[in-house]
Amino acid sequence: MLDSETAIKIVKLGKQYRIGLRKEMHENLIGAFLSTLKSPWENFKKYRSLYRFDDMENFDDSNSEQHDIIWALREISLEIKRGETVGIIGRNGAGKTTLLKILSKITSPSYGRAEIRGRISSLLEVGTGFHPELTGRENIYLNGTILGMTKKEVDQKFDEIVEFSGVEKFLDTPVKRFSVGMKVRLGFSVAAHLEPEILIVDEVLAVGDFDFQKKCLNKMENVGQQGRTVLFVSHNMQAVTRLCSRAILLDNGHIKADGSSSEVVSQYMTSGTGLTSARRWDNSSEMPGKEIARLCAIRVKDENDHVQQYFDIRKPIVIEMEYDVLKSGYLLLPHHNLFNEEGTWVFTTVDSDPKWRGQKRPAGKYVGKAWIPGNLLAEGILYVNALLFTLEPNTLQFDEKDVVSFHVVDSIDGDSARGDWAGSMKGAVRPLLKWTNQHEPFK
Amino acid sequence: MHNPEIYSETISVIEPKKRWKLINLNELKQYRDLIFFLVWRDIKVLYAQTILGFSWAILVPLIQIVIFTVIFGRIAKISTDGIPYVLFSSVAIIPWSYMSQVMSSSSQSLVSGQNLLNKVYFPRLIFPFTPVLAKLVDFGISMVLIFFVLLIYKIIPTWNLLLFPFFLLVMMSMSAGVGLWLSAMAIRFRDVRHAMPFLIRMLMYTAPIVYSASSIPEAYRFFYSLNPLVGIIEGFRACLLGTPYQWQFILPGIISTIILLISGAVYYNRMEQIFVDVI
Repeated sequence: MLDSETAIKIVKLGKQYRIGLRKEMHENLIGAFLSTLKSPWENFKKYRSLYRFDDMENFDDSNSEQHDIIWALREISLEIKRGETVGIIGRNGAGKTTLLKILSKITSPSYGRAEIRGRISSLLEVGTGFHPELTGRENIYLNGTILGMTKKEVDQKFDEIVEFSGVEKFLDTPVKRFSVGMKVRLGFSVAAHLEPEILIVDEVLAVGDFDFQKKCLNKMENVGQQGRTVLFVSHNMQAVTRLCSRAILLDNGHIKADGSSSEVVSQYMTSGTGLTSARRWDNSSEMPGKEIARLCAIRVKDENDHVQQYFDIRKPIVIEMEYDVLKSGYLLLPHHNLFNEEGTWVFTTVDSDPKWRGQKRPAGKYVGKAWIPGNLLAEGILYVNALLFTLEPNTLQFDEKDVVSFHVVDSIDGDSARGDWAGSMKGAVRPLLKWTNQHEPFK
Repeated sequence: MHNPEIYSETISVIEPKKRWKLINLNELKQYRDLIFFLVWRDIKVLYAQTILGFSWAILVPLIQIVIFTVIFGRIAKISTDGIPYVLFSSVAIIPWSYMSQVMSSSSQSLVSGQNLLNKVYFPRLIFPFTPVLAKLVDFGISMVLIFFVLLIYKIIPTWNLLLFPFFLLVMMSMSAGVGLWLSAMAIRFRDVRHAMPFLIRMLMYTAPIVYSASSIPEAYRFFYSLNPLVGIIEGFRACLLGTPYQWQFILPGIISTIILLISGAVYYNRMEQIFVDVI
């Protein structure tokens, strides 16, 4: 049972998902036709099986040949005291959001249990349930009750919420005519006035303008000081160290570190799971991959073939993937997905080397280089996912999330896309475009 | 404002979900304000940016009544046990439009609400039940139509009208039962959306909406009446028009409504734990 000082107690919590929707490919018309006839039954079995785990009761690694099952969380045990503000950090796909979703009862765990003392509100998104046709006023009530307030509580806080959001003038305008910024401000204002004992916040601070973000951070700080328990997931390490006394580092569904936020954050930043622009696996048993291909190393380099952490925005960046192909005769699709700090998917790039287009690759060691031109990415931290598919049959050989990362820096003295502007610039890309001007003097 | 001392003592336990826990009334009570606002949202949004607004709630059944009266009453001359066809069809079409509307929006409630489903917790039962309550407003408005038709034909209400709330309840339960089944099914099998218009058309022709239940041969009447729609439509007819209640048509349907509702709740509950993961 919970003692009175504990807000959350989690014991051996685990969560698994089935993702596998593998499809057979057909080489001829008859095969395709037959499968169309067969497919209703196949589809029925497939969609039905998505929630069944009874064929894998013992949850150890011996079942790893079941490729389509992934463990989002494994054996998570922790206790959070009342009034603590805890940051949860980790790479994309480490299980942070899954943990929050379990604690806020959105999804149920596969194993284990959690006990929670007190009223809990979760903020996984700003403005959840906003309806575009309803007015600002109506949406405050709708959103407030969705987040767990009663009508009376919204009544009491209404003026405060409106004032905090700064959209007084548009209270009776349908939200569909609001700008994105206004919607975010309104949504956050409602959320900021929740008064639960436990507040769960996911990466919502990544939106909104800078001043408003600061206002929200201050509000959250107050929440923490009022003796409320706050769980805060973020990629923003400064926010985590500033707001949280304690941080938990998740990696691959496990707790990798748990301690004071500055220690855990610095461990994350310096360890292999954090920021590094080159990784290699020396031991073949540890290499990510399956029977056809394995990832050996990945490096982010400058045009002179040197591994770098920081890149001038104007210079090209080379992502180098070294992999072993163990079996000949497959069409391979090595590719990368790039995400920025806000978790925005910036782009996907697929190996389009004309030499290997449509060519089955013989076994051997390959080094694939993707050249990102200068003046394309915006400044900031970029996280790289490395993936490799085979075609016919379609299989996923490896999918390493946030395997390396690098910084793009845009200095003011350069001739980059920022021109003469020295302030902050938004956007996931910052291309240097050709601008032309016409000028005629006044007559 | 809530009282922290009370809340601090509430301990909620999160575990792999136990099956067979049907309806948590206490929890629903805690969320009654949310239910109110969701219902109210559905009502408000339905006729947003329309010229005619709530007049649609009268116009749609009115046009249907006119069409049915012309086609089935005048041209096909279907027997109505001596009741004028306008009267006969209007008391059936209005509950029928309620049920068909609830069934189609309730069956899609989880799929169309997946953004909410993914981002916040509240009792999942609220999703399919919102249309059951929201569509009552349309139903109430279109009752005005029935009122006028009764007035024109100078039908005086009888004691039969006392059972109106009862049939209202059966009508809501049956729509809720279908909604529970289909919304939970639609999460995994999106076929539901495509089958729905077809299913609704089928249901309409298997119910005594355009024809009279007494035209069904004696031998098949029991099986025919297992369709809950039969009892509901016949019940409304007797209750509003003052004709005698034909319990042979009504009782079997009530029993199947109860079965539908309970089995729907059980199925919904079983599926609840996987909604978010497979959506």
